[in-house]
Amino acid sequence: MTRRTGTGTWLRHYTIVYLVFIYLPVVLLPVFSFNDAIYVAFPMKGFTLRWWEEMVQQTGMLHALGNSFTVAVPVCLVSTTLGMCAAKALTSYKLMGARVLTGLFALPLVIPFIILGIALLIAFNSYGLELSLWTVGIGHVLICVPFSLFVLMSRLEGFDRSLEEASLDLGETPWMTFWRVTFPVALPGVVASLLLTFTISFDEFLLAFFLTGNESTLPLYIWSQLRFPAKLPAVLALGSAILVVTFVLVTLAERLRRQGEFRSDTAAGGS
Amino acid sequence: MKDRAFISIKGISKHFGKVRAVDDVDLEIEKGEFFALLGPSGCGKTTLLRMLAGFEVPTAGEIYIDREPTAAVPHFLRPVNMVFQNYAIFPHLNVFQNIAFGLRKDRLPRPVLEERVNDALALIKLDGYGARRADELSGGQRQRVALARALIKKPKVLLLDEPLGALDKKLREQMQLELRDLQRNVGITFVFVTHDQEEALTMSDRIAVMSSGKTIEHGPPSQLYDRPRTRFVADFLGTMNFFEGRVAGSDGDGLAIETDRLGMVRAQGPADFAVGDRLTVALRPENIRISPHTPNDDVDTIGGTVSNTAYLGDRTHLYVTLEGSDQPVLVARQNMDGSGSDGPAGHAAVSLWWRRSSVLLLKSG
Ligand SMILES: Nc1ncnc2c1ncn2[C@@H]1O[C@H](COP(=O)(O)OP(=O)(O)OP(=O)(O)O)[C@@H](O)[C@H]1O
Ligand SMILES: [Mg+2]
Repeated sequence: MTRRTGTGTWLRHYTIVYLVFIYLPVVLLPVFSFNDAIYVAFPMKGFTLRWWEEMVQQTGMLHALGNSFTVAVPVCLVSTTLGMCAAKALTSYKLMGARVLTGLFALPLVIPFIILGIALLIAFNSYGLELSLWTVGIGHVLICVPFSLFVLMSRLEGFDRSLEEASLDLGETPWMTFWRVTFPVALPGVVASLLLTFTISFDEFLLAFFLTGNESTLPLYIWSQLRFPAKLPAVLALGSAILVVTFVLVTLAERLRRQGEFRSDTAAGGS
Repeated sequence: MKDRAFISIKGISKHFGKVRAVDDVDLEIEKGEFFALLGPSGCGKTTLLRMLAGFEVPTAGEIYIDREPTAAVPHFLRPVNMVFQNYAIFPHLNVFQNIAFGLRKDRLPRPVLEERVNDALALIKLDGYGARRADELSGGQRQRVALARALIKKPKVLLLDEPLGALDKKLREQMQLELRDLQRNVGITFVFVTHDQEEALTMSDRIAVMSSGKTIEHGPPSQLYDRPRTRFVADFLGTMNFFEGRVAGSDGDGLAIETDRLGMVRAQGPADFAVGDRLTVALRPENIRISPHTPNDDVDTIGGTVSNTAYLGDRTHLYVTLEGSDQPVLVARQNMDGSGSDGPAGHAAVSLWWRRSSVLLLKSG
């Protein structure tokens, strides 16, 4: 490692530039949320907690945050449940056309959300469904299920069928076998799926924009506030808060996933 | 119903599409027996075992366990338990929880439960291992935990699918004896699957040899080894020399057979061959001796040349070419008291002899 090749140095520089490009804007968010000025610009003024206070006091913003939770929590639960059922079916039985089915499940991922949004809007209108947070939730479930499915499928694919058979053999019913064996072994995948789908629903903009009634989710609210420069710093404060929470959650999920992987790896490796 | 055996398998078949994994098998297994299903890979052993456990539904036939028909009994109600080939130890539970898994429905008070699990741990010589996690166990220990987990259910029959397949040779030999002892102590009927003929011979009371979904022969190990009735079994258990022949004559105490490479051979064969019948003559390598002089009567002898030798430690294999044939005969010589190096070497002329009683006659085919 004493001499570096030309490509080596080039790659190093590229990596640094790339990281700065990605993370600098993200770092600017919390930095400016403490800046004592309305305008987001250098040079920075003094340090202030004014924007954080303002954020806590803005009822509209808090209401939108509440809406986002109201949508994201059921969405992550429902789509993870649906994803679990589909993943279980696709991995444990040799279903006819399982590949085709998997492809169909993944379809919402490749349709541009804007098209999906319009399509759903038309569908809801023709069914006479009034637009509300409910319709946003339905749209979000639609795009979250494939993510959940893939996370859980990769977890269940390495799953040893004989574990379930052993449980049946030891006198458990199929239902209890699911709860005593399949679910706990797949738990890291379930947690990962919950966090992933929650995050997707929480910051999804396009579908929410098309499908909401007169309630707005947080991304919609933030977007609407961008027109008022005075409101921006409080948005920055909120953004920073979300960033921290997301970071903690994702780290946690990744930890769990690795731990589970490690366990099942060593369990399989021993035999 | 009274005359039926403890486990009775009647005309069982299992077809997967066009594959006949198990094809019209009849077997009877007695209570308390250590019964082996032996056969080459893909012959349907696992499928037959899984039908006993209830994981596969037979295409045809009926299985009776403890004299009861099992067709309508779901696997979680059958009085059988299974030890899986890869042990299937639950990775999210510790040893104690693994062993206690099947007792949930019994709703035992905690002290009773602990006592039973500790007894099971003592049975498999893993006292004090209860709190270990599954991934902290060695292969042999997992195997034992899988056994304890099944035995604690007090099944009428324990099914084992290649239970020792994943262990190294030394451990496997040790576990063979332990498993045998364990079975005698608990008195439960064991049905176990293996493709290792030595394992089957060592452990079982009776063996059923399978091939392509059918049982070829079944009986006690010594009977199958010493007196096989089919060429397949003669070949599959141990090593064997085969010669093609035709019955040339018969007298009071045996048959005279004209063979392709051994010349005229006399045998105390079964009487179901008539003069003129084609048959296969089989001779175990260890039953052919090398000696410059032949003991008196009841033996046949032939001359040959040693073309090759293979030293195997406890014995030496000699490949002896006979006059008028280039396919050698395999002869096994025991090496006792360090005699491994003083036998006949390459190109030595030798005289082979064997007792008439050790000549096996099998139907050609
Ligand atoms: N679920 C299945 N679907 C289709 N074919 C199967 C299935 N299970 C087994 N088979 C086929 O049935 C035949 C017997 O399989 P089985 O697993 O019983 O063999 P085995 O004797 O246990 O072999 P091994 O010693 O390799 O474990 C094989 O040809 C196998 O390919
Ligand atoms: Mg098998």
